[in-house]
Amino acid sequence: MAESAQSQDVVQRRPQSAARTGLRLNNSTREAVNGWLFVMPWVIGFALFTAIPMVFSFYTSFTNYNLIRSPQWVGTRHYENIFTNDPYFWKSLENTFWMVGIRVPIVMTLALAIAILLNTKIPYERVFRTIVYLPNVLAGAAAVYLWQWILSPTGLLNQALEGVGIDGPSWFTNPNWTKPALVVMGLWWIGGNIIIYLAAIKGVPQTLYEAASIDGASPWHKLRYITLPMISPTIFFQVITSIIGTFQIFTTAYIIITTGGLSPAEGGPGRSLLFYVIYLYNRAFGKVGSSRGFDMGYASALAWILFVIILAITLFQLWLSKRWVYYESGEGG
Amino acid sequence: MAATTVEAVNKIERGGGWSRFTQERRPGMLVAKLAAFLLMCFIAFLFLVPLVWMISTSLKTPQDLQNPSFIPNPIAWENYRDAFSFGMWGRWTLNTVIITFFSVVGMVFSTSLVAYSFARLRWPGRAFLFSIVLATMMLPDVVTFIPRFIIFSELPAPRVNFPLFALDGNNASWVNTFLPLIVPDFLAGSAFNIFLMRQFMRGVPMELSEAARIDGASEFRIYWNVVLPLCKPALATIAIFTFQSSWQDFMGPLLYLQSEQNYTLQIGLRTFEFAAGGAPNWSWMMAGSLIVMLPVLIVFVLFQQYFIEGIQISGMGGR
Repeated sequence: MAESAQSQDVVQRRPQSAARTGLRLNNSTREAVNGWLFVMPWVIGFALFTAIPMVFSFYTSFTNYNLIRSPQWVGTRHYENIFTNDPYFWKSLENTFWMVGIRVPIVMTLALAIAILLNTKIPYERVFRTIVYLPNVLAGAAAVYLWQWILSPTGLLNQALEGVGIDGPSWFTNPNWTKPALVVMGLWWIGGNIIIYLAAIKGVPQTLYEAASIDGASPWHKLRYITLPMISPTIFFQVITSIIGTFQIFTTAYIIITTGGLSPAEGGPGRSLLFYVIYLYNRAFGKVGSSRGFDMGYASALAWILFVIILAITLFQLWLSKRWVYYESGEGG
Repeated sequence: MAATTVEAVNKIERGGGWSRFTQERRPGMLVAKLAAFLLMCFIAFLFLVPLVWMISTSLKTPQDLQNPSFIPNPIAWENYRDAFSFGMWGRWTLNTVIITFFSVVGMVFSTSLVAYSFARLRWPGRAFLFSIVLATMMLPDVVTFIPRFIIFSELPAPRVNFPLFALDGNNASWVNTFLPLIVPDFLAGSAFNIFLMRQFMRGVPMELSEAARIDGASEFRIYWNVVLPLCKPALATIAIFTFQSSWQDFMGPLLYLQSEQNYTLQIGLRTFEFAAGGAPNWSWMMAGSLIVMLPVLIVFVLFQQYFIEGIQISGMGGR
């Protein structure tokens, strides 16, 4: 995010044409007025749907609020309950960290490997690129059903595993296998990551490889000392967005949990799919244990805790990135 | 910057058919390339199998369902008819089309207007506001979705009969209308799209705007008649991604659309599970799911270049 708004501006002098307009404004004032007018949709949207909600949600997290009666101040009680007396919270945190810890590295490594493979000047590269991206347009509830069918006990994957002598697990009913099932499913949608890596790899100046060839560098050395450092900003960006996305996993897990008309309250077999946002949703709109939902105060507190966790991890990554991310100097807008 | 990189990438790739094998003169490299090609074929196969399996399942009879063969025998076309014989499919399709249409129009119009201001006008506070736009790209939705719901449930719905937006004159609030799914898009609700559009608009020569200004054109006319027609590729990319995310949105309709006649297709699909009573009827579910996926698939086949370029540009947020 090295872009900055003012970087490329050239001050331009224009002939006075104020006489043509009814308003007696000089050019720069008129430009400023227009600038603010044009940006208004975003300013209003940001205030209404981001800034005010954030402030409001912070306030709500210190209250009891069920949408019907006005919020009642309870101080830090929700936060205390969450940390000291809420097994759902710890379970959902554990499940979510499991997904982040396992899924993100697998997705990143595989996507990078396939991008490198695609970049070896093989024939029909564009066709392959289209094929790996194709599943990304097949998202939503429909795709989740497809994978539930493929991962059913006698489904396609288990039949294939049987073919090589492996006894496939019952993916979505055994608590130990529900999260691995989600990881397997997710691999179908790494096409976007592959395309981004591929574009980054192709952006590496060819002259660097030519110079390395003259010095007798092996393909591995070129990968390790040219490609990877040169695309490290892209790797960094993808890791960050992927972590943020995985922390907020919802739709897939929600559909799987509620299959067969089950309530999302228990979070799948043995609560193994009770992810953080699922739990948050239950507190806000569904049921948790014996308590009825619409517990907006408690849910807001949960939301802020997750926000702080994500922010802390992002800042840590940012700090860590100084050690391994290489930014070309002079690269700007 | 972004656009030129993408062009360069695409230029490199033209002319990459079998000639990439026949032009290779070193035998060792040829073997390596052949191995890479075969490995990639296998990977492509893995990416395609689920879709083929889906089509195959959608055409199988219940007796044939456990048969591992990819070729249905007999072919049960009636699954497609039966799958749509219950539920309010016409209504759900209409709802989805309405929401998607207005989301796309709102998003394209508002983000291009805002991006125009950031890219081509100078005003105090611009750099600061743009840094906030970039910061919101990293903001997790989780902190805003509950208070947004609360706000929408407090906003009084207009007392008008406007079935297009599920307003029937009796709605107490915006909940259970289409407004929460549409209005944010009219207020430039995507930082990424603003960023993408701004990058593109900065590439349009300033002289064009200057000339129009000298001719006395208003700023809106310059935006609408001069700059926007030159930004068609970026507009198409934004339209396509908004179309996809709106068509496939699950959480939004789940939160806001509560009565069955207001469902979208994604939410309506869930009724399939209960269609056969008890156990899911996989043939029907696959048939229904395929139909729901089809519009996005068609748009992808027609405009895949915009998808690929849009994704490439999105990856440049890190640069």
